[in-house]
Amino acid sequence: MVRNQYDNDVTVWSPQGRLHQVEYAMEAVKQGSATVGVKSKTHAVVVALKRAASDLAAHQKKIIPIDDHIGISIAGLTADARIMSRYMRNECLNNRYSHDAPLPVNRLISDLGNKMQVCTQRYDRRPYGVGLLVIGYDEQGAHLYQTCPSANYFDCKAMAIGARSQSARTYLEKHLDTFKDCSLQDLIKHGLRALRDTLPNDVELTIKNCSIAAVGKDMNFTIYEDEEVEPFLKAIEGEERRGGAPPPPDDAPPLPAAPPEEKKEPTEPVPDVAMETQ
Amino acid sequence: MSSIGTGYDLSASQFSPDGRVFQVEYAQKAVENSGTAVGLRGKDGVAFAVEKLVTSKLYEPGANKRIFHVGSHVGMAVAGLLADARQVVEIARTEAANYRSDYGNDIPVKHLTNRVAMYMHAYTLYSAVRPFGCSAMLGSYDPHSGPQLFMIDPSGVNYLSWVGEATNGKHEMVPEPMFREAEMYAKNALRESDSEGEM
Amino acid sequence: MEAPMELLRQSINPSFTMNAPDIMPLPSFPAFATDFKSRTMNPITTGTSVVALKFDGGVMMAADTLGSYGSLARFPNIERLLRVNDSTIIGASGDYADYQYLRDIIEQKVIDEACQDDGFGIKPKNLHCWLTRVMYNRRSKFNPLWNIYVVAGLQDGVPYLGYVDKIGTSFEAPQVVSGLGGYLALPLLRDAVEKKPKMNQQEARAAIGDAMRLLFYRDCQAFHKYHLGVITKDGAKIEGPFEVDVNWDLGYHIHGY
Repeated sequence: MVRNQYDNDVTVWSPQGRLHQVEYAMEAVKQGSATVGVKSKTHAVVVALKRAASDLAAHQKKIIPIDDHIGISIAGLTADARIMSRYMRNECLNNRYSHDAPLPVNRLISDLGNKMQVCTQRYDRRPYGVGLLVIGYDEQGAHLYQTCPSANYFDCKAMAIGARSQSARTYLEKHLDTFKDCSLQDLIKHGLRALRDTLPNDVELTIKNCSIAAVGKDMNFTIYEDEEVEPFLKAIEGEERRGGAPPPPDDAPPLPAAPPEEKKEPTEPVPDVAMETQ
Repeated sequence: MSSIGTGYDLSASQFSPDGRVFQVEYAQKAVENSGTAVGLRGKDGVAFAVEKLVTSKLYEPGANKRIFHVGSHVGMAVAGLLADARQVVEIARTEAANYRSDYGNDIPVKHLTNRVAMYMHAYTLYSAVRPFGCSAMLGSYDPHSGPQLFMIDPSGVNYLSWVGEATNGKHEMVPEPMFREAEMYAKNALRESDSEGEM
Repeated sequence: MEAPMELLRQSINPSFTMNAPDIMPLPSFPAFATDFKSRTMNPITTGTSVVALKFDGGVMMAADTLGSYGSLARFPNIERLLRVNDSTIIGASGDYADYQYLRDIIEQKVIDEACQDDGFGIKPKNLHCWLTRVMYNRRSKFNPLWNIYVVAGLQDGVPYLGYVDKIGTSFEAPQVVSGLGGYLALPLLRDAVEKKPKMNQQEARAAIGDAMRLLFYRDCQAFHKYHLGVITKDGAKIEGPFEVDVNWDLGYHIHGY
């Protein structure tokens, strides 16, 4: 890694007009496992790849409900995401209390953006090391937003963040035009296919490592976990990946229930970075 | 910039031996890196245009707008770090709201620009914060003062401006004829207000 | 300790000791709190009733133009209706200064919303809820805004009419009259609606006009000029001031006061 004297504090600009600390925080998002979001006119969906810190640990949840009409999927520092989700829940609840109405998604996001920006400008803070995909449904339809540690946010048609998410984005860009009129079922299938493209060839999506969440017209934010995921995985089973790699042959040995993402001896769970990312 | 890397450019609260505050200059660099924003004052109004840099086709077309309402009478176009700029917009809105609550009127944009510039300037004084990585143009129209256009840069300097360009010196982004015409109009306007003894 | 002090206090009659030489200073007894603060105990300049009812396809609201100073008709030309946006109008009874204070806040809220430019605007139900929170919050601090607010508008195309008063009591109803008019004019409106459940705008205007006339006759803080707010799918409008047509001929037959 290239070190320089301008990368120690968030409060220091580099001569090129860059903020290295913020850029490093952006890297934390890439350390987290991938998550994919897609939306149609009526629904928004996130699917996420879960990791287990060790063989003795359960897969860590990546999707957090915020309100009946909003939920998030995270990539990066889980602890930071919890702070942010607490804030978002509060904002939504306050709006229901004060105005008897669900908080419009764009307003939640811009409030969140302004909260996050403060952490990029002060010596005594650090940027949030987490990226979010926020899905929501309000009077103006389904929404999908991406937020970054830089406090930037983007109104997206579809998006994937996290480790190896470029492959998912490639899939999404390829099918971008079809999403708008998709049914919820098809939307989830697209999401799962994109998520599957981020996996190494010898790893499959399973009910253990995959969660799905959706929100939309006449439908509260709903998370599908474990067995509930199965029918959706079945629906894309056997399809070829990344438009090229052949499906695994039928006589291939069955995959273990818990996917061995990293083949290594059971050891103490040592996080890769200073704080654990999911 | 011979002083770069000598250690005098790491804090907004430190001068270099030749009397410069490099951190502010670096922040201005961040503005130059962003898409151009143009503001133009005409006879009967102010127009803004911003370059739209689409980095991914996964984004919605309306994502990350860079022109904002500040009140019913003031608009603002920004360049630089958008997250920083949104904070500045928020400040401007709060200032406009406070003025309205105190005086019951729309804030004069000259006054508003001054307040926001003071705020941004404060972020160039302390090592505990960094200067804003954005410039902003404020345009307004009211029957009393007519069209007005101001600009603030990361140092907290604000100018009365005719062709505002929020990318510090990238005049070439503005088409030559438009720039000339605007300049001519602006100089005339300045001369007029000079003779009225307002300036 | 307390009991003997209490006995001592009771045994000393202030009238015997008040002019006596100060041989022994009397202990001071905290008989009642002295660090109290007094908040608004009564309104100053007031508006009287606001009259409102739903009709087929909209809502209508009226408030007269009088600001009373006690029973003095002090300000004859004030407006007590506020057009919040295309779909909402509110009307205020009670302290006029408190209303002006809240009006400024609501106007700023509307500007803030417009700045967002995201297509979301405050709807009558949201504003009614917000007003209820504000009013109840202030009353809970023993510092109420001395008003009754009537919120009228179209909530997603459906007529909405709500009431909230200075203690935070809040409800929705098809007809709402605040203040003294609640006793005088509300029965009249209910009667009119009972006779004609699906009123059109014209009939609603007539019913409101009757109510305003009745109030002018009976409520000595009412006035003969009033504003009328109408919210339909075509938007929200405040009209007027209109005058009630009155007939005092009957007065000759009244004796004995």
